[in-house]
Amino acid sequence: MAEVVPLRHAVAELVRDGHSVALEGFTHLIPYAAAHEIIRQRRRDLTLIRMTPDLLYDQMIGMGCARALVFSWGGNPGVGSLHRFRDAVENRWPHELALEEHSHAGMVNRYVAGASGLPFAVLRGYRGTDLPSVTPTIKPITCPFTGEELTAVPALNPDVAVVHAQRADRRGNVQLWGITGAQKEAVLAASHALATVEEIVDELPPQAGSILLPSWALDYVAPVPGGAHPSYALGYSERDNNFYVAWDSISRDRHTFLAWMEDNVLSTEAPEPALNNGAQP
Amino acid sequence: MSGAQAYTADEMMTIAAARMLSGARSCFVGIGLPSTAANLARALHTPGIVLIYESGTIGAKPATPPLSIGDGELAETADTVVSVPEIFNYWLQPGRIDVGFLGAAQIDRLANINTTTIGGAYTSPKVRLPGAGGAPEIAASCREVIVVLRQTPRSFVDQVDFVTSMGYGTGAGHRERLGLRGAGPKTVITDIGILEPDPTTCELTLFHLHPGSSLDQAREATGWPLQISPELRETAPPSAQELEILRAFGRTAPSTTPRRSERSRM
Repeated sequence: MAEVVPLRHAVAELVRDGHSVALEGFTHLIPYAAAHEIIRQRRRDLTLIRMTPDLLYDQMIGMGCARALVFSWGGNPGVGSLHRFRDAVENRWPHELALEEHSHAGMVNRYVAGASGLPFAVLRGYRGTDLPSVTPTIKPITCPFTGEELTAVPALNPDVAVVHAQRADRRGNVQLWGITGAQKEAVLAASHALATVEEIVDELPPQAGSILLPSWALDYVAPVPGGAHPSYALGYSERDNNFYVAWDSISRDRHTFLAWMEDNVLSTEAPEPALNNGAQP
Repeated sequence: MSGAQAYTADEMMTIAAARMLSGARSCFVGIGLPSTAANLARALHTPGIVLIYESGTIGAKPATPPLSIGDGELAETADTVVSVPEIFNYWLQPGRIDVGFLGAAQIDRLANINTTTIGGAYTSPKVRLPGAGGAPEIAASCREVIVVLRQTPRSFVDQVDFVTSMGYGTGAGHRERLGLRGAGPKTVITDIGILEPDPTTCELTLFHLHPGSSLDQAREATGWPLQISPELRETAPPSAQELEILRAFGRTAPSTTPRRSERSRM
């Protein structure tokens, strides 16, 4: 059963140096507050896993948290480059970053295999591209029934998955709706999981099309209102598109980037909304 | 520029792309110019087209141009929203989607696409690009693909530095030998004109020049000896209606939204 705890506690308990960590959320519900807490706790040598590294991993890579990146698209959506990611790959700043590069279809099928308890997934992808020549986790496989040549990718089973969602009840059952990305797969593939949520409620109101992550599939739930900003939580907040555009100039220069991180992440406290009225089990 | 009304190269590209969608039932859309073109097609001549974004929104009908493939506007106007595994495995992979739209940093003579690295070794590239995203499977599985990018000697190269998404590989028959189900890049729309693969060799060949562009300009912007189709025609200039609807859609965008078609992607 998931414990409802403050964010700082959940991150300290779950994320250790050297871990493989998947912070998922496909444009929507990206767990920024949790990533900022990982940065504040100075975790190192992480293998960061995420389909779209986005500004979230640009910040973590630039702050030196990552040893390796497993990903499928490393850009600032609709804006351009991730400058800290590029600086790490092109100039090894702040240090070298190993890449394990896939397509979206490959990544998402790796999560599906991980969540399914299977060793690998099969897809009709990658053929004719140069990706298999640079990524050892892409291999050809022959269909035992038709003889067709397909592609196999190994399961992804992160040490820790972190997602953000709209709400949870006091027992730690989580509701998440809108663009649901690969969050459910990431949580079920991981050894341990944390969900940050916009709010804790007594009862989860019925919500059409919501997926539910049951309390027993998670280790911790941490209430963090606004924890997806500059991403968004449908029904609670809107995507801060202006910040995504502004990040281009903030992140372009190492000093400007470090100053922004100091002012907006390092020198701030983890948000600790009251876990009032017996919310803690 | 030509005709009664002035328009930009990006507007010509967007309108040319929208025209290509006439009759398409479904389109896998990337952000930026492809998304704008698809919504222009929906407003102009193909109201029933189902727009699919890789975030899982199927049948999105945005009133404003989204900055990302997962803007709330797309989810709230969609017929349905599905998970990312579902969008790739159930909808894209079996070949259910008519048209895929791709951008590129580099495209080569045989329409292979690079969005991974330019120059240097893979582990120490001169330029690190975003990577594949959904593009390799879109290029393989959509019934056909439209590529949109500006034409320069840096983007139109004899051979791409990295094949992120398969065009025609090493030439005629290569896609078939690999078992790829879609027909590949049937149209490449640039700021200068429109290219299509030669029916025999698959080499990208200029079939249309946009008004105001010249053959010399097209040749100079191409990193290989550009073949010109004997049936070369001039692209019809944007109509007043096309420009009006395009600009009305664009005006509702956040003022800071960049209009960089070369960064459009799936």
